[in-house]
Amino acid sequence: MSTSLVQVENLFCERDERVLFEDLSFTASAGEVIQVEGQNGSGKTTLLRILSGLSNNFEGDIFWKGQPVAEVRDDFFRELLYFGHHPGVKAVLTPEENLQWYAAMHPGVDGGLIDGALDKVGLCGYEDSPCHTLSAGQNRRVSLARLYLSHAKLWVLDEPFTAIDKKGVAEKEQLMLDHANRGGCVIFTTHHELAIGENIRRLNLDELAGT
Amino acid sequence: MEQIVTKEQSKSADESVLNLFWAVLKRDLMLAYRKKSDLFNPLIFFLMVATLFPLGVSPEPDFLAEVAPGVVWVAALLATLLSMDSLFRSDFEDGTLEQTLLSPQPLFIVVLAKVLAHWMMSGLPLTLLAPLLGVMLFLPAEGMSGLMMSLLLGTPTLSLIGAIGAALTVGLRKGGVLISLLVLPLYIPVLIFGTSAVQAAVTGLPLAGFFALLGAMLALGFVMAPLAISAALRISVSG
Amino acid sequence: MSEKKKWLPRWFYQLASPRWSYDIMGKLLPGFALVALISLVVGTIWALLYAPADYQQGNSFRIIYIHVPSAILAQSCYMLMAVAGAIGLIWKMKVADMVAKSCAPIGATMAILALATGAIWGKPTWGSWWVWDARLTSMLILLFLYLGVVALHSAIESEATAAQSAAVLALVGLVNIPIIKYSVDWWNTLHQPATFKLTERPAMAPEMWMPLLVMVIGFYCFFAVSLMMRTRNEILIRERRSSWVKELVGKQ
Repeated sequence: MSTSLVQVENLFCERDERVLFEDLSFTASAGEVIQVEGQNGSGKTTLLRILSGLSNNFEGDIFWKGQPVAEVRDDFFRELLYFGHHPGVKAVLTPEENLQWYAAMHPGVDGGLIDGALDKVGLCGYEDSPCHTLSAGQNRRVSLARLYLSHAKLWVLDEPFTAIDKKGVAEKEQLMLDHANRGGCVIFTTHHELAIGENIRRLNLDELAGT
Repeated sequence: MEQIVTKEQSKSADESVLNLFWAVLKRDLMLAYRKKSDLFNPLIFFLMVATLFPLGVSPEPDFLAEVAPGVVWVAALLATLLSMDSLFRSDFEDGTLEQTLLSPQPLFIVVLAKVLAHWMMSGLPLTLLAPLLGVMLFLPAEGMSGLMMSLLLGTPTLSLIGAIGAALTVGLRKGGVLISLLVLPLYIPVLIFGTSAVQAAVTGLPLAGFFALLGAMLALGFVMAPLAISAALRISVSG
Repeated sequence: MSEKKKWLPRWFYQLASPRWSYDIMGKLLPGFALVALISLVVGTIWALLYAPADYQQGNSFRIIYIHVPSAILAQSCYMLMAVAGAIGLIWKMKVADMVAKSCAPIGATMAILALATGAIWGKPTWGSWWVWDARLTSMLILLFLYLGVVALHSAIESEATAAQSAAVLALVGLVNIPIIKYSVDWWNTLHQPATFKLTERPAMAPEMWMPLLVMVIGFYCFFAVSLMMRTRNEILIRERRSSWVKELVGKQ
């Protein structure tokens, strides 16, 4: 029986006068890789932002390991890795400096592993180039390098494969599966065709959410 | 089950808070250093505003000497306001602010470090440039030390209060004038006591009381502003 | 599902429902409106005709019967706005947000009224339309604080975010108001000799403060009426997609 990590009950959210979803309930457990699907504008990004605690424009309850998220927020953030639309990378800093910043903000991340992580995302040799000299895809890879550094159990990834080449996508897909196999959980969205399709649980917002 | 925090645990907790503060401060100073225009623009503005008064009103030494404390303070206030918008905007736009809000580390400390870094790049240079303006506006020499001390105590408070306005408007595309609208009424007490301190220095009256008041406002700002700033940041990002 | 412990009275939680609030305000409105009307009419007549003229200022001082209530209300309204905002922030209550939003323009109007009547008072008394005395200057700054809240509300598109941001701003303003008052008072003593202050009154005789009290009550009731009307409007706008509002509109 795998432990439930995130439990959502009766989630209601409206944006710009439109109801995005209501009566949305689901559980994400350790070992699961969950893809949130839905048409453009169906609220996938909003859902991910709500799950990660960035947005509180919702009604309903969210639980982390059985307790209301609001009460255990620090613990929740310790175990969360969020990858959003913006790369979360400062253009005037180098990849190395950016990841050192990330390590400072998340104690428990070993700063010594940064070079190795940058190598794994194919940025070996670029560690000391300011990020504004790198391409958009390379910037996103700096942010993805966090996946190799973080000890977070829950990965919430919004379009992680954008601007990544085929080989990179395959590597990241395998990385997600490995993370789940180690007891973690991945919740993500993507437009890409996935190779690991059979191992994923799908959450379709158009079908699932109330009306 | 009771958890007793051991001495080592609390010591390492202190260390990690200090480490965090230092890491944020270092990063923001580094960012400012690499984009030097942000540093100079408010200083130039400061100088220009002070120049407007002799040009717009009167260059008579007697008149200028009388208004100098107020003019320098108002110019410092406006220059600080001008620089506030950039405090969180760049972090908001590249997604780093989101990551900061998702950190398990105390946001209070991060915010305090950011505002301190910002002050070191805005309020502190203003304070150092102020004697030059004092000379241009015929401020008597006795007033100079009062001018610098009052600015030194007052500009951090201005940065702290201004940061609240910056945090409330960081989600908006054009934060600029709105920040001024929100923050100027809150600046008035600092302005009143700052200029009074300079005027007292000029007339030779004791300054201790003014510095105590400015110091008290700074202390209050130190403790309370980061709470408001943190709340405002979370609200702005969630919108 | 956890059972939240309820330590506030039931009507507090019922207020959270916009529909319930709409209905209860609808029931209270006529009563308050009536009291407001009576108090204001009685108070005005009393103030203008029956209260004795001030021995120094003659009849012009009668403007205080509008000036003082509006000043009191401008300040009370800010407190209410901040408290309602705080409730909306802490309990995520939409109705509290709507009350706070409705308070801002009413409070600003009260402040403008206080300033205008202060100026009208100043002209015959001091010879000028404006004087930088402590009370008027503080009221002006209060007006700026109100305008800031209104500006913030209109700048943010999402209603929920706007309400939360405005609540934080209102609370920051609330903490600052005593500091601002103190510093303006102090500034005023520095720059003006301690002559007759514009709004300082020696102990007022009952014939003078009783009509004032009636006017204050009338103003408060009028404020309650405007607030409830504005809030009800706000509820209808925000909840326009819900069935009970559609029904209500349909009936008309």
